[in-house]
Amino acid sequence: MLTNEIIQQKLTEKFGDVLTDWQEPYGMLTFTAPKDLNLKVMQFLYDDAELKFTFLTDLQAVHYPDNKGAELAVVYHLHNWAANVRIRFKVFTDINQPDVFSATALFQSANFMERETFDFYGVNFVGHPNLIRILNVDEMDYFPLRKEFPLEDQTRIDKDDEMFGRG
Amino acid sequence: MSEHILLPEGSIEKQTTTLNLGPTHPATHGVFQNILELDGERIMKATSTVGYIHRAFEKIAERRPLYQITPLTDRLNYCSSPINNMGWHLTCEKLLGVTTPKRVDYLRVIIMELARISDHLICNSIVGVDSGAYSGFLYVMQFRELIYEIYEEVCGSRLTTNIGRIGGFERNFTNAAFEKLEKFLDEKTGYPAQLKEFENLFSRNRIFMERTIGCGPISAERAMNYGFTGPNLRAAGVDYDVRVQTPYSSYSDFDFTVPVGTTGDCYDRFLVRNEEMWQSMSIIKQAYQKVQEFKGADADVYHADVPAYYLPEKKDVYTKMEALIYHFKIIMGETEMPAGEVYNSVEGANGELGFYLISDGGRTPYRLHFRRPCFIYYQAYPELIKDGMLSDAVITMSSLNLIAGELDA
Repeated sequence: MLTNEIIQQKLTEKFGDVLTDWQEPYGMLTFTAPKDLNLKVMQFLYDDAELKFTFLTDLQAVHYPDNKGAELAVVYHLHNWAANVRIRFKVFTDINQPDVFSATALFQSANFMERETFDFYGVNFVGHPNLIRILNVDEMDYFPLRKEFPLEDQTRIDKDDEMFGRG
Repeated sequence: MSEHILLPEGSIEKQTTTLNLGPTHPATHGVFQNILELDGERIMKATSTVGYIHRAFEKIAERRPLYQITPLTDRLNYCSSPINNMGWHLTCEKLLGVTTPKRVDYLRVIIMELARISDHLICNSIVGVDSGAYSGFLYVMQFRELIYEIYEEVCGSRLTTNIGRIGGFERNFTNAAFEKLEKFLDEKTGYPAQLKEFENLFSRNRIFMERTIGCGPISAERAMNYGFTGPNLRAAGVDYDVRVQTPYSSYSDFDFTVPVGTTGDCYDRFLVRNEEMWQSMSIIKQAYQKVQEFKGADADVYHADVPAYYLPEKKDVYTKMEALIYHFKIIMGETEMPAGEVYNSVEGANGELGFYLISDGGRTPYRLHFRRPCFIYYQAYPELIKDGMLSDAVITMSSLNLIAGELDA
């Protein structure tokens, strides 16, 4: 029986206390790894005889503009099918130099997912064989899912809290 | 396929041809572009381009309250929108900690399995069309129409359904909906008889078998590495199904099997989808039986009690103060949701459809990501069609069930 405690214990044994921010939101073990270690963590999770996280479910980024020096988070969802356990881990990177190692050597499926993440957030996946835009036009010179691009006209006041007696 | 005879060096015939398959080619059933490098009719290299109908759903969702995101999910895999809708409702319910009544779960299962059938029947009959057998497509189409009529009875729309709400359904199923369901399930005149006929037409058809066996195969290891899920993965021999692995919406109450193939070629994918339709019908029958067991007041339960998210009935809005307040708050998107991050997945018609939702405690998601199965397995397509014939590329594409809406989000 592979529990979150065992996974956390094994990872801490291997990597020490560089893995931080251990949480279990809605039952899924979540932690943060230093961005230089993302491949090592993934490889360890993949190779270890007990852990066997051999399926990359999902990969995406999140932008936290207030988190200075670590604005972009790349989030990996991994799945161990045999024990049916999922984990999630994040690596944070500076938005001015968003270099993260590519997982394409380990998972073929990371190819499109990393291209999508690059396309929308500008994360530069080092070692990706073909890191070009995928869903947006090639001529685009910005990364649209970053928070500095508001979706609606910010001068609209009909969605303001004040209209409803708050704020 | 591997015995590719190369012509002598320097001969004029050795030159390859570049062919654009798509973006708007009738044989690709959607907006896909593949730049093929052909030697005669054999594919040497393929390059896929995606994104022709990208609509920025993830960005739009960051300015929408939860219930307004449901119509966006419709437009992912539009052949089975109810599964996407339900997956989204289940994600919201997980975030909010809502448990739904059993009857709601069973009604949802009926709708989701109908959607799976409508998706698979399109896919399989299109494989038939692409291999030159048009009639099967016409046979099953009337039953997709019947499924759409059932959706219509439940939610009022047919293709982009926007079905259900957070917590349940917008209204109880009408008798007409159940009558149509019975008509659909009828052994003699309903879909089972039609599917049997469809299988008779294809499954042991010599021409169809020669056309699809060994066409676009993938091994189980490669498929897992490429992130395959759903029928395409099961055709390669891996019995991964979200309904069994992490049962949602009371799927654990039903008895069904997960069909698997061996070679992962077009023929196996076809057979797996056909068998899944039989299994779906069995699940619908069991669920319908369970729904009928609810009597009296229990038979009127069609949603959970989540007043802050479940839009109240119009008659209550006109007569009750509280319902009016909630109606107003929901419509204006005035409800703060709890902070948290949640990943939830359902077994979509094409595989694991995941929703990764981060909430910072505001009224709209801070970040929403859709894990679209199509997008992830489509990257294997150049490898699947390499060294094959051009006509096999077309049939491989249709048997992967690529849906442009899901691919491009």
